[in-house]
Amino acid sequence: MPGRHLASISLRHFRSHRRVDAEFDGRPVAIFGANGAGKTNLIEAISMLSPGRGLRRATSEELIRRPENFGWKVTAEIAGHSLETTAEPGGARQVRIDSKLGPQIALAKVARILWLIPAMDRLWIEGADGRRRFLDRAVLSLDPSHGEAVLTYEKAMRERNRLLKDMVRDAHWYTALERTMADAGRRITAGRQATLDALMAAQAGAETVFPAADLSLTHADQPSEDLAEALAASRPRDLAAGRSLVGPHRSDLQAVWKAKGVDAKDCSTGEQKALLISLILANGRALAAQMGEAPILLLDEVAAHLDADRRAALYDEICGLGAQAFMTGTGPELFAELGPRAQHFEVVEAEMQSEVRHAG
Amino acid sequence: MSEETGDIQVLIDLMARLPGLGPRSARRAVLQLIKKRGQLLIPLADAMQTVGATARECLNCGNIGTTDICKICENDKRANGQICVVEDVADLWAMERSGVFHGRYHVLGGTLSALDAIGPEELRIPRLIDRMTAENVSEVILAMSATIDGQTTAHYIADQLPNLKVTSLAQGVPVGGELDYLDDGTITAALNARRAL
Repeated sequence: MPGRHLASISLRHFRSHRRVDAEFDGRPVAIFGANGAGKTNLIEAISMLSPGRGLRRATSEELIRRPENFGWKVTAEIAGHSLETTAEPGGARQVRIDSKLGPQIALAKVARILWLIPAMDRLWIEGADGRRRFLDRAVLSLDPSHGEAVLTYEKAMRERNRLLKDMVRDAHWYTALERTMADAGRRITAGRQATLDALMAAQAGAETVFPAADLSLTHADQPSEDLAEALAASRPRDLAAGRSLVGPHRSDLQAVWKAKGVDAKDCSTGEQKALLISLILANGRALAAQMGEAPILLLDEVAAHLDADRRAALYDEICGLGAQAFMTGTGPELFAELGPRAQHFEVVEAEMQSEVRHAG
Repeated sequence: MSEETGDIQVLIDLMARLPGLGPRSARRAVLQLIKKRGQLLIPLADAMQTVGATARECLNCGNIGTTDICKICENDKRANGQICVVEDVADLWAMERSGVFHGRYHVLGGTLSALDAIGPEELRIPRLIDRMTAENVSEVILAMSATIDGQTTAHYIADQLPNLKVTSLAQGVPVGGELDYLDDGTITAALNARRAL
């Protein structure tokens, strides 16, 4: 099934890349090169074509190539749309879709981009923040309006937190903000739950070597199903803490290796990685089923921890899905099983800048 | 730069601080004023001086006029039991231009924002509550922006008036608007607020 693929990308002064122009035909893309050559920077630039701060959660300032300090620009073509995202030094990131200035959130409707990076290997054992972000990106891929609900919720919560910090005791003001939080919170939780259901359904119906997971959403310290009630009841505790202690910003994603009945956090490092790959592939399948098109996948160093059989299986599943997966690795041998099913690029560092060379 | 040019530059700099004007448009406006000194510049200066001396906020509703109580609040025919609450005087003027609302207004002077330290006391909300009984109000129409702060302020006011009819402006397709040009949020609001024909 052909996906909504990235047809071309241009980078200007983005991290180690001074100038890059590359074209893609929709096949998976294997990117190899030595450590520090600029492979991850290249896929990070692609991740900036979706809302948020990209796969490294970097600020716009951190993406500027040094020492020139000119600002950076990424332009791309996806499904007939031209996308441009750019930032001047000290300025906010700007987004243009088909030459029209727009909010970052509008990118979610054009480009469905998911990623897996080595920093996420510890997703199941570190704080709930990372798991929520992972889940929210999956929700956003299936429902672009999720971003607006999250922004609304966070804005109202920031207002409420300021009231709590300033020890304001105006009940009407809290009630007004909690109503907005409850409305947006209901949409956020419903979106997350629907996405978990879609991911589990996609796992159940797939022939895959990667493990299926039982997924659930937990809500910390929320005594009532009704979020407005829970927030109102939590005011005394929240005033003492100076922040909101209940709501979807405190939810957590739990995963259990289905076949073994083992909690993800108790699985081995390799098993945890396999679970993540399984979820990314399930997300791709769910999107393909829902939209008729597979997402763009950014898989950084994904082959490093997989044996040859698993690697080959992963490549087969990506090709079967029709996803345009950008995969990085240190050497071309890691992508040998893909052969002509993929485009191959080499990234090298030369004269203090990264160069992207077509390698087959 | 001569003394005269310096004064002109001061005028240009002041004009450029007005909404909708930048340095270039301010220069053009000042040049035009100077060229039409008799027809524009002198009458404008006189009018500004007069307004500067007389303009004030209505003590009752916050509208801007030249008397302590504005003409709308003074007009008994506007005391029909309806009060339309708006964020800013510009919103009041927009409502008046439409000519469809025949009640009175209450100008808040902004929206609630804890992050910007704008609370109920800064927004004439206590004065609005006082007006409910003093003016025998039967309906409060909340004409706030469809932003988070605007809606929070609307909920806040509605909460303070539990025994009164409180309504808000509808949200949806603008008159003469085409669906193709509307954002998803507006279409969703319009669909949710659909009505039988």
